[in-house]
Amino acid sequence: MHTAEPGGSALLYQKRKSIFPKAVKGKFRSIKWGWMGVTLAIYYVTPWLRWDRGPYAPDQAVLVDLAHRRFYMFSIEIWPQEFYFVAGLLIMAGIGLFLVTSAVGRAWCGYSCPQTVWTDLFQHVDRLVDGDRNAQIRLQNAPWSVHKIGKRVLKWSIYLVISFWTGGAWILYFADAPTLVRDFWSGQALPVAYSTVAILTATTFVFGGFLREQVCIYMCPWPRIQTAMLDESSLIVTYKGWRGEPRGSLKEAKAAETTLGDCVDCNQCVSVCPTGIDIREGPQIGCITCALCVDACDQVMAQLGRPRRLIDYATLEGCERELKGEPPENVLKAILRPRTLVYFAVWCAIGLGLLFALGTRKHIDLSVAKDRNPAFMLMSDGSVRNAYTIKLRNMENRPRPMEVTLNDIPQAVMWSDDMPRSEADRSLVRVVPADQTEPMRVFVIAPPRTLPQDFHFKLRAIDTDGSGDSEKTRFDTPGESE
Amino acid sequence: MANIDNTGSTHGARIDEATGVETVGHEWDGIEELNNPLPRWWLWSFYACIAFAIGYVVVYPAIPLLDRGTPGLWGWTSRGQLAEESALAEQQRAGVMARLAATPIEQLPRDPALMQAAVDGGRAAFRVNCVQCHGAGAAGVPGHYPNLNDDEWLWGGDLKAIERTIAHGIRQPSDDQTRSSLMPSFGRDGLLTAPQKDDVTSYVRTLSGLEKPDASSGRGAELFAANCAACHGPAGRGDRQFGAPNLTDAIWLYGASREAIGATLTNAHAGVMPAWAGKLDPATIRMLAAYVHSLGGGEDFAPTSPSTPKVATDAHR
Repeated sequence: MHTAEPGGSALLYQKRKSIFPKAVKGKFRSIKWGWMGVTLAIYYVTPWLRWDRGPYAPDQAVLVDLAHRRFYMFSIEIWPQEFYFVAGLLIMAGIGLFLVTSAVGRAWCGYSCPQTVWTDLFQHVDRLVDGDRNAQIRLQNAPWSVHKIGKRVLKWSIYLVISFWTGGAWILYFADAPTLVRDFWSGQALPVAYSTVAILTATTFVFGGFLREQVCIYMCPWPRIQTAMLDESSLIVTYKGWRGEPRGSLKEAKAAETTLGDCVDCNQCVSVCPTGIDIREGPQIGCITCALCVDACDQVMAQLGRPRRLIDYATLEGCERELKGEPPENVLKAILRPRTLVYFAVWCAIGLGLLFALGTRKHIDLSVAKDRNPAFMLMSDGSVRNAYTIKLRNMENRPRPMEVTLNDIPQAVMWSDDMPRSEADRSLVRVVPADQTEPMRVFVIAPPRTLPQDFHFKLRAIDTDGSGDSEKTRFDTPGESE
Repeated sequence: MANIDNTGSTHGARIDEATGVETVGHEWDGIEELNNPLPRWWLWSFYACIAFAIGYVVVYPAIPLLDRGTPGLWGWTSRGQLAEESALAEQQRAGVMARLAATPIEQLPRDPALMQAAVDGGRAAFRVNCVQCHGAGAAGVPGHYPNLNDDEWLWGGDLKAIERTIAHGIRQPSDDQTRSSLMPSFGRDGLLTAPQKDDVTSYVRTLSGLEKPDASSGRGAELFAANCAACHGPAGRGDRQFGAPNLTDAIWLYGASREAIGATLTNAHAGVMPAWAGKLDPATIRMLAAYVHSLGGGEDFAPTSPSTPKVATDAHR
């Protein structure tokens, strides 16, 4: 792409080549339209979905509640210590990308990546305001005039509105959407809400409106990684050189002595490319495999009455078969090969593991921290007291009465710091509020000459479910160890 | 190997066929480097970073000088920020502190939230002011400073008594409400002879079952009634008015061995504690008292709320 200066010395810095992709119609353009609609809808609509969780939890379907350290996703509620679920989802997303890449090539880059989707959106804005490729180039080269300034202001304003909407939708994932929108416009939202919207508006405006393919080519590590994961069985967008070359226009073909290839060098594939590359140079890092050049070339081939798919979604293996004149391989067979199956198996295994962990996780938990300073306390009647900080965790969206019981040390009793010692007993009952952890400070007292020993606190929910937990801890005394 | 060039000139530069890009002209074992230029916006980002850095140096402290750094136009310092944040925290605590100062300590348990705030604040204040003698766990030091976790109190263990002890200290001549008493040095001042001391020691040790009664303790009982019962009580249960410890229980600040008790009889003990009233504000003293009371030995605990639904428990069973 970057050729040396004619004088022989290369420029130190590469000036950006402006790209004005031409509008195109075709199969892949339609797929891109549809998928753009789906991805944008997911992004903008998700925070507005509601999900009834009862009176003690928010009713937003997807909510990252940083203030209360909860992550809600439909019927799943994740506490901070269960972050491995999120880690699992991220690993699944990673393996999923490997799977998609090995099966259908850089489909993520071409269709789903936010940078691609928003760049596509902004390029449509360009066409809406300035017209198609040629009009855009004319306007770019025209001197500044009221007309040009007006067009630019209009275009950038639309960029800005889209960018603001994008940044604005992001914060709705972190708080109750209707409330936050009200607060945002009445100036009552937190400063972090405004600054987040400002930053994301700015990045969307710059990345989608101006940097575009520069992000893919210079900033993003993913094209490098994806490129390394492709093999000869991966689908890529490729130009069938053996069919197209030697290329030449119809006029040149008439004048030529030998028969020319199918490529008429009309440059349509280059003018529709959103990253401004020439696919005929072969697979390259700048190709996000959006396949718009396939649509463009197919149109031209159809007009000329030549076979379509001179530029095609194909595997290198398939190309070799075609070159040798062998029948093409079954597409399913190309996709279902050991590599994709292994990725799929790993992806499924992680998914099933997460589902299993979700289904079997306990919604009640007991944790005990023993006081170590002092480890034990001799009381005036010679009995021995140990102190513990106990946490009762209720992960359900309803308050639950829970009973903590001393399981061992037969003659010991306990009381907590919010009740008099005279009410000490073998068990204590607390109502743990919905979706919360209730801390308790508990004193356990045992008769004189009790020996140091391990024992268990038992926790039981004393409602219909009766689920529970137990934790081992230590009772220290001045006596000899058992 | 012909292309190796130590002078750094690019006479070996050529156009790479596959990419159409010029090489830099160096070759290492057949590996060459393409001379791809950086994008221009990258250069502008670099300039923008330089501009930002200059701005930073102007407004923030940045360049170290001999004794201090350049102050910066905004005059920001980390100490200043700390002071600001501390002031803000003080301001946020002001309401609680005012309520604490206005609430008599014996009424604290009726307001569980305020009580909890007092205990938490007291824990912090204890770490600053009290751990030097009483220890981080408030377990004291045998022979020197009493343990505050247990249920033995020299001067009283309810909230009010603890607050007074902290505020006015122990044996502080400059404070007229201080806790004060003086045990005579029976041995040193010749009030008891050595055999008499032995007998009193025997008797005191029988009170908590450390020794079986015998002839010596029998003689000691008479001496105890004559010399000690005034403060320690006829049964040796102590008297908090004088800070006289209970001699019948298992807790011995100065030791329970014959030697330790004998030494106490000879020279007596008179522990001291500063009066904190002039050093700490009343709310902090109240918080300290609440914290010490919460350590597990506090007396006269009024249940704050029926947080233990005993009846409900039984119903569910």
